[in-house]
Amino acid sequence: MTIQECYAAMGSDYEEVLGRLRSPRIIQKFILKFLDDGSYRQLEESLAAENYPEAFRAAHTIKGVCQNLNLSRLGASSAALADALRSGQWNDAAAPLVAQVREDYQITAAAIRAFREANPG
Amino acid sequence: MERTRKQKILIIDDSELNRAILADMLGDEYDIIEAENGLQGVAVLQRQSTDISLVLLDIVMPEMDGFGVLSVMKQNQWIEDIPVIMISAESGSSHVERAYDLGVTDFISRPFDALIVHRRVVNTILLYAKQKKLVGMVADQIYEKEQRSSLMIDILSHIVEFRNGESGLHVLHVRTITELLLKHLVQKTDQYSLTAADISMIGTASALHDIGKISIAENILNKPGKLTDEEFAIMKTHAQVGADMLENLPIHQNEPLVKVAYTICRWHHERYDGRGYPDGLVGDAIPIGAQIVALADVYDALTSKRVYKPPFSHETAVQMIVDGKCGVFNPLVLECLTDISDQIKDELSHNAALQRDQREMRNIAQEMHRHEELTASERTLQLLEHERMKYSFFAAMTQEIQFEYTLSPSMVTLSTWGANNLGLDEIIMDPHQNEKVQELMNEHDRKGLSDALRSTHPEHPEITYDCQLTLHGQKRWFQIIARAIWSAEEPPRYTGAIGKAIDTHESRMRLDALERMASHDSLTGLLNHAYAKKRILERMDSRSGSHFALAIFDLDHFKSANDSYGHSFGDRVLIHVAEKLRQSIRGGDIAARAGGDEFLIFLEYKDELLPIISRIFSSLCGVFEDFRISISMGIAQTEIVGGNYDALFHAADQALYTVKRSQRGQFRFYDYSMQNTLSTITPIDSGEDASRAAAPAPAGDQQQK
Repeated sequence: MTIQECYAAMGSDYEEVLGRLRSPRIIQKFILKFLDDGSYRQLEESLAAENYPEAFRAAHTIKGVCQNLNLSRLGASSAALADALRSGQWNDAAAPLVAQVREDYQITAAAIRAFREANPG
Repeated sequence: MERTRKQKILIIDDSELNRAILADMLGDEYDIIEAENGLQGVAVLQRQSTDISLVLLDIVMPEMDGFGVLSVMKQNQWIEDIPVIMISAESGSSHVERAYDLGVTDFISRPFDALIVHRRVVNTILLYAKQKKLVGMVADQIYEKEQRSSLMIDILSHIVEFRNGESGLHVLHVRTITELLLKHLVQKTDQYSLTAADISMIGTASALHDIGKISIAENILNKPGKLTDEEFAIMKTHAQVGADMLENLPIHQNEPLVKVAYTICRWHHERYDGRGYPDGLVGDAIPIGAQIVALADVYDALTSKRVYKPPFSHETAVQMIVDGKCGVFNPLVLECLTDISDQIKDELSHNAALQRDQREMRNIAQEMHRHEELTASERTLQLLEHERMKYSFFAAMTQEIQFEYTLSPSMVTLSTWGANNLGLDEIIMDPHQNEKVQELMNEHDRKGLSDALRSTHPEHPEITYDCQLTLHGQKRWFQIIARAIWSAEEPPRYTGAIGKAIDTHESRMRLDALERMASHDSLTGLLNHAYAKKRILERMDSRSGSHFALAIFDLDHFKSANDSYGHSFGDRVLIHVAEKLRQSIRGGDIAARAGGDEFLIFLEYKDELLPIISRIFSSLCGVFEDFRISISMGIAQTEIVGGNYDALFHAADQALYTVKRSQRGQFRFYDYSMQNTLSTITPIDSGEDASRAAAPAPAGDQQQK
């Protein structure tokens, strides 16, 4: 699997990110690092602990990372979740967004894992 | 050197991935320091603000967000020297506006373009470097200009002196003496409202006091003998001529310096009693600057060699001036002269050396300029950076809890080792509101420490403060050595403190243990006799007029208990009795083991003593493991025998002896009938009644006085 195919699998535009970051090396290096980034785990943990200000920050961080790497699906859903949780309170609008973020994260992470297995080392 | 070292960029962002992307983009050209939240970022800035060339700042972060960082940077005025570029996914115009309001240089929204980030970083750093260089150049030029204008004044006045055949040091001396006298005068009185700038200006202007002499013919100016009246009249014109020269300057007439110099030229030969020239002004009609320069002029003339006289010593010159040999001066100014006479002598002898130093300094400075091409302000920054490096190196080496506290913003910075040791963060905002700090140090001590620091004086800002800190749930003794920081303004303002906390727990505990060992009986834990006596004397001393009683008791048949059950059993009996004793006395009473099986109780009472003694007595009796505890007790009262401890003790002892002689297992109060009985106390450990000397004993059981 090439990096282009990986982006395609995530439903994202590789050309856009290459236009901005201007280095396939950087994109490749950090797309792999995305799997180790703690923000998603932090989101799940703060949701479980009903710590919504913390959950907002985690969603916001995921949004920022996704924007940088142009992981557009997850970027969009985490942005929506961050907006919903901005007040630091739980609300009805947040529930479907959490589900969406989980789904998008799985798709994104799966694509990156597949890329990693195809490009060991 | 600075030029070969990479500039440093501080990235403050809570996402590791985001930091890593930025670091990767910029790391080839710059040194990257990362901070994962605002608080850590502030800590880095606190430690090395002079060393950071740029901050890349996120907005949404835990602990302290980007706006919080900007507020702290603004309060500390770091924002004026360190450019900040904000990078955020928040692109709402209110965020952008607020960021610019707080002083950011640039705002980049996510997702960012690598080229744009790189270009803006490079541009911003270049721009600030240029600005810093310009600021440095301006500062250096102002400094040089100042140097140059005072150099011009020196040259000008030297020309006058040169013509006058004087040493060249006269102007320098007059200036030094003038400034010393003025500085002392304003400390002594606020009669003349003179600021530090006024004093400095009068000092500079004093150099011009004799410029009028260039109009005086050389044959009069340098005449070795006495001047004729006519010649003296011409000589005297130099004051007015000098003033006229300044008044007729084509430009600069309104410069404060020129105005001050005018008054000095014109009136530096006036005298306080009106007998000077040219105007015969009286008292404080003569401007204070001219009065002081006049005195300085006279002093230096007296102590210098002239064609018509040898130099006088400092002491003679001062005496002559005070005695009015050179005309009448303002008494307050004369007081200043005598007050700081020693200082003037020191400064003048030091001044000649100083001049040589200055010349050397100038050469060195020129050399440095040639080789280093560094400006003065850059050198200052380098020195500062060097000091900072030295400090953080030593702070890291010594395992000490070092702290720095600033009042505004309210913030404590701890050394890394100190923070780890105390379980605190290195940077703590609003320490008084911080839960961990509250837990560590109670409110009483926080206030006590703060009060102690605030009550220092700028000249004696050091304090030591002993208190207990709660460390990992346990109280430990610490000694805090600190120095309050006072601002340089008038009046000085308390702005914070630096210091360290030393764990004195072990040594303090050792000391306590030693004290305890010296004052307590090791078997029973009661006070020993010597220490009890000390406490009793203190008590009687502080509450003279109260009624006190001293009771001494011992255990009946204790020796037989020791003999039949062994010494360890005997010890357990003593421990048991001591415990009973402790339980039966009241809070203020003093109980002690006097030695062997003898104990003493000291107590204060108001009306009736008998019920108190009865209660204690009966609670001490009882059975301990088959051994029936029976005691004999003698009691003496200050009401009967007076307030002398030894007499009191002796009387109680005699009462006890009386009990032992008649029937054991009872208590008796001392009365004068017992005066001639002997003591039971020696030998303490015998317990052998037969060994006690026999003496006549009065009859009567359990008598109260």
